[in-house]
Amino acid sequence: MLLINCPWCGPRDEIEFTCGGEAHIARPADPAALSDQEWAEYLFMRKNLKGLHYERWHHSYGCRQWFNAARDTVTHEIHATYKMGETPPVVAGEDGVVKGGNS
Amino acid sequence: MADSYFRQTALAPLGLAAKATDAPGEAGVLMSEHPLAEHVNLRGDGASVEFLQVARTTIGYALPTEPNTVTEGTNSRALWLGPHEWLLVAPLGTALVATLGRGLAGRAFAATELGDARAVIGLSGPNARDVLAKSCPLDLNPKSFGPGRCAQTKLSRIAAIIAQRDDAPSYEIYVARSVARYTWRWLEDAGSEYGVAIVAG
Ligand SMILES: [Zn+2]
Repeated sequence: MLLINCPWCGPRDEIEFTCGGEAHIARPADPAALSDQEWAEYLFMRKNLKGLHYERWHHSYGCRQWFNAARDTVTHEIHATYKMGETPPVVAGEDGVVKGGNS
Repeated sequence: MADSYFRQTALAPLGLAAKATDAPGEAGVLMSEHPLAEHVNLRGDGASVEFLQVARTTIGYALPTEPNTVTEGTNSRALWLGPHEWLLVAPLGTALVATLGRGLAGRAFAATELGDARAVIGLSGPNARDVLAKSCPLDLNPKSFGPGRCAQTKLSRIAAIIAQRDDAPSYEIYVARSVARYTWRWLEDAGSEYGVAIVAG
């Protein structure tokens, strides 16, 4: 069971949350200008990283706010949570190397 | 307005009033159902100083801006549900929605009368915390959850709002009307090892 730190409510049990997938995917400014291939990339293609992953979470049984989390998909360790609109924190792995990250 | 003849609390069919006692004795857990009240969901820009000031003038006290806390005025209380969302509770006849509509007119807000959508169960006594802890993931330790705090969470798989009123400790538990009986039975069963007394709401 994970203890997830909601940026509003503080540490709460995992069962109150829903994971919303990869974070920081920018909607294309002019969708009409995109090819089908580019639109599909935006809609469907995700990183599926092994390691540090920046993702959206929803405190669905709590304050019902969306926020972001930097989570390791191997260890499930949540390195940081932060509000929507905030800059993703830089997280270094145990070896000191910054992995994953925002793009 | 609908005829109030059939308007009754969610747990009225359990006949709790007839079972209520004035002398709970050694019971570790006291349970009650709160009488019908006005429940209003208020949404507005909780980051706007101006909105918060006008809301304060309208209801007579400040809406809580600290997460998971409750503020109280002479005739109503406001529970923090989210950074831009509150639950206001007042006695029937307070006409909160009309008051909010007048006071906040011209601003971006939504005040929704929830009617009797939720049942409110009172749970108190020396073992009330033990009962909740059986199926609620909240940290109920008084250091993190004490009087004046509220939280939306899960209780025995039910979405619930839990607010602590005093150090007894006394809690009030808001659940959807449709699961009120399930919640009541569950709490009663969970409290049986400590002795449960039904008291007036
Ligand atoms: Zn939250």
